[in-house]
Amino acid sequence: MMNNAIVARGLRVRRGRSTVIDGLDLEVPRGAIIGLLGPSGSGKTTLMRAVVGVQIIAGGSVMVLDRKAGSAPLRRRVGYMTQAASIYEDLSVRANLRYFARVQGAPPADVDRVLERTDLVGQADRLARTLSGGQANRVSLAAAMLGSPELLVLDEPTVGLDPVLRADLWEIFRRLADDGTTLLVSSHVMDEATRCDRLLLMREGAIIADTTPDELLRSTGTASAEEAFLRIIERDSAGPGSRTRTKPARHLLSRRGGRR
Amino acid sequence: MTPMRTLATAGRVLLQIRSDPRTIALLLVVPSLLIGLVAWIFDETDVFASIGPAMLALFPFIVMFLVTSISTLRERRSGTLERLLSMPLGRGDFILGYTLAFGLLAIVQTAVAVGYATLVCGLTIDGSLWLLFIVAIADALLGTALGLLASAFARTEFQVVQFMPVFVFPQILLGGIFLPRPQLPDVLEVIGDWLPLSHAIDALDAVSTGDEDDAFIWLRVLFIVCWIVGAVIVGSLTLRRRTP
Ligand SMILES: Nc1ncnc2c1ncn2[C@@H]1O[C@H](COP(=O)(O)OP(=O)(O)OP(=O)(O)O)[C@@H](O)[C@H]1O
Ligand SMILES: [Mg+2]
Repeated sequence: MMNNAIVARGLRVRRGRSTVIDGLDLEVPRGAIIGLLGPSGSGKTTLMRAVVGVQIIAGGSVMVLDRKAGSAPLRRRVGYMTQAASIYEDLSVRANLRYFARVQGAPPADVDRVLERTDLVGQADRLARTLSGGQANRVSLAAAMLGSPELLVLDEPTVGLDPVLRADLWEIFRRLADDGTTLLVSSHVMDEATRCDRLLLMREGAIIADTTPDELLRSTGTASAEEAFLRIIERDSAGPGSRTRTKPARHLLSRRGGRR
Repeated sequence: MTPMRTLATAGRVLLQIRSDPRTIALLLVVPSLLIGLVAWIFDETDVFASIGPAMLALFPFIVMFLVTSISTLRERRSGTLERLLSMPLGRGDFILGYTLAFGLLAIVQTAVAVGYATLVCGLTIDGSLWLLFIVAIADALLGTALGLLASAFARTEFQVVQFMPVFVFPQILLGGIFLPRPQLPDVLEVIGDWLPLSHAIDALDAVSTGDEDDAFIWLRVLFIVCWIVGAVIVGSLTLRRRTP
């Protein structure tokens, strides 16, 4: 129990008129990078919002770091990067981060630390409105990293980034995980799957596979994550009864810390 | 709620406004221009002496309503509000932060408008200038509080602008500018007596003529403050941490 950062039981979420997530169970270990992959509209953002505690849920429970998701003590222990860069366009990068740091209760020096980590030192005094999409995204990521939260929930953090920057970011994620931070990272880019410790494949509001990168390739007999994912979706579509749950080995579930 | 986070929020709002000089100019200059226009229209009559004080109540209220409702709507739409509410920010920090920031702006705006009305348009204030400021600021804060509330019911900037007639026009019509409230039909008179802007107008009239004692004016201010508190409470209920 103590090893799990996130535990969801029978989670149900309604958005608008439809039930987006219907009875989802999930266990996420601490100190690892968990990739949340799935097609557009599969419910990744909805699941992340439920973990952060900003989503009204219709049933079930979500526990985060052994507390009810969204409870007051968790607000400084969980960092959330929304899918759209939620920053103030009419403030400079530094002014944005300074404000969020004060709200988070992080020391002022933390602003410089996250600026450096996200490679934004050169843009620190630019108005957020004048940034490119990828740069604005990184400001949003930097804000989520303020105060070094134990759990980082990152909704498509690498979208719109060039391969070099993307690799840099995954380096950062790996370092954070090595220090004991748990990262739940959603992505569209399948080759990013190989950089995660664990993978959750989501489709139509359900976790259709809960596995590791190696296990994913082995069980599907494919060479790339992209192919493997397509294979699993095919299998999942074959019939409602054939929904696959690739269970990872026990030692993987309880593994702490990074791989290196 | 913590003073540190409230002040940080107020500072951030003011910093945002500072990066937008055009809005500052509009905030400070437009009320005076309109008061000047009204004074000019009634140049040949003595009407301005009686409705001038009401103008001082009207413009800070309208302008603050618009500015607040649009900026908080932007927070709701851009995702920054969702981010803030997932962080250790109290809902009170958010609302009080906005109220503080716009309250400060309201003081400056009122100073400019009062200065212009008295020095340039020849409006005479026989009562206490202090009280006049206090009424005008209460009035501007009322606009801020109602603006926060209105933004909860609007999805787009267009809708916010549509809300202005709903929240503001009836108060102007029933406030006694067009026709003194005792001369209104009974039902309308009662409604007008409960609307906050009516009391702001009464109080400013009283300050400018100096006919009433301070207690009369403070009672009006108290009535407006009750409305502000009510709107802030209802407004903070609309700031939900969990959304559908
Ligand atoms: N505010 C909303 N009201 C009603 N339905 C919504 C709302 N937001 C999302 N949905 C629906 O919920 C489902 C899941 O959406 P969600 O945003 O979680 O998907 P996603 O996996 O994050 O997609 P993407 O990869 O495109 O970001 C979709 O079918 C979507 O249409
Ligand atoms: Mg999404």
